[in-house]
Amino acid sequence: MGWRARWRRFERSTKWEAGKALSKGLKTTIAILTAMVVLGLITLPGLREAVQRLRNTPRTEEQARREVMQEPISTPTDVQAKAQMFWLSTASANLLEPTVISLPLSADPVLRSKQLLIALIARAPAPEKRTLPAEANLLAFYIQPDGTAIADFSDEIASGMPSGILSEQLAVESIAQTLGANGTGIRQLKILVHGQGAETLAGHLDLYGLFPVPSPLGAAAPAPAKATASGKTPAAGGIVRTKPARSAPNNAEPGRQAPH
Amino acid sequence: MGLVILDPAHGGADPGARGSSGIAESDVVLSYARLLRISLEAQGMRVLMTRQANDDPSFDDRSRLANAQRGVIFITLHVSSTGQPGRVRVYSLPRMVLPQNVALAPHAGLLPWDRAQFNFIDQSKRLAELIQIQMAQRFQGSSETPFEAPVRQLRTVGAPAVAIEVSSVSLPDRTRLDQMGPGLADGVARAVAAFRTIYEMGGR
Repeated sequence: MGWRARWRRFERSTKWEAGKALSKGLKTTIAILTAMVVLGLITLPGLREAVQRLRNTPRTEEQARREVMQEPISTPTDVQAKAQMFWLSTASANLLEPTVISLPLSADPVLRSKQLLIALIARAPAPEKRTLPAEANLLAFYIQPDGTAIADFSDEIASGMPSGILSEQLAVESIAQTLGANGTGIRQLKILVHGQGAETLAGHLDLYGLFPVPSPLGAAAPAPAKATASGKTPAAGGIVRTKPARSAPNNAEPGRQAPH
Repeated sequence: MGLVILDPAHGGADPGARGSSGIAESDVVLSYARLLRISLEAQGMRVLMTRQANDDPSFDDRSRLANAQRGVIFITLHVSSTGQPGRVRVYSLPRMVLPQNVALAPHAGLLPWDRAQFNFIDQSKRLAELIQIQMAQRFQGSSETPFEAPVRQLRTVGAPAVAIEVSSVSLPDRTRLDQMGPGLADGVARAVAAFRTIYEMGGR
């Protein structure tokens, strides 16, 4: 046997050994990969659910509260009522005027007030009639036994507000007028921003004190949920006066002083 | 009552109302204050300004300048972001309803800082009337009667105090607002002079 024949025999034997070893390794790899794929298929739906859950988790407490508040509130005592909402006048952006909309209103004064304020933000008939920023949210609302309401708005009530004495006064007046005209029984209003007593609304209007809320305009307002105890003079003719404790002519501008 | 404190509102990092064309309330009111200072000094009054440049003293720092003096008049100047352009509104503080937990004065006869304006509401209203009449004569469409609003800056000033708000930063450029400056300064100076005369004669 020459050296060539020996070499061929050696080559054949080594190839056979290598082939035998390779097929064993391949089998092991394929088995491991198959097991992983099966495991992946089994755990995939669970992983997908976990990712979905993480995606839906509220990033902040305020965001969670906002998600709850953004939806209109529905209560067992809701009655479809004609609610009087105070937005900017079409004739003059310096005035508020009442607009009647159909709104489910609760018999409970707190829920009723929330329904009104959510609608005041969400249902402004046109951008130019808006008094509160569209992105603002009512975070919480309480009424104390003496008729003092506390309305807590998200930061956007300040950051989204056009800066100025007039615009900020109209914003607060639209809230007070709307609460006053729809039988909530509220006598005065304190405004908080993100749970805190802010110094101003957007740099001008003082949030230190309480804002008087006028009593309903007689027959024009829906039936009150609770007897009102306010003896304050209501706004005449529905057009806003911004000095709530006084009566004013029909076309009074916000804050106009009564002659004296 | 020969000293007037002029307060150009905002400043520094706080531009106040800002128009889409870039007009900043803080810049406009500073130029108004400079013009008004000249007109008031021409009427024989001394003037201090709460800020001379683009800085932003706090509400209390601005009030402190007035409360450290006797016999002063305080005027805070603003430009709105809304409202019909070319009009001027003058505000005084209304009688405010306070929360029940607000502390009483620490000593009888002392005025709490956070309600320093409460003893001057009638005088401030009179000053607002005089200024608003001047504004109605100069700027067409402006009201002849003044307004009331709980303006934060006014509450802590222990002196006759008003806020003047010009409409508005929502203009294509500053030309119209700048044109209002001399009329505003002259009208306010005349009204302040009249108020000073009434006050010194014991009128209310």
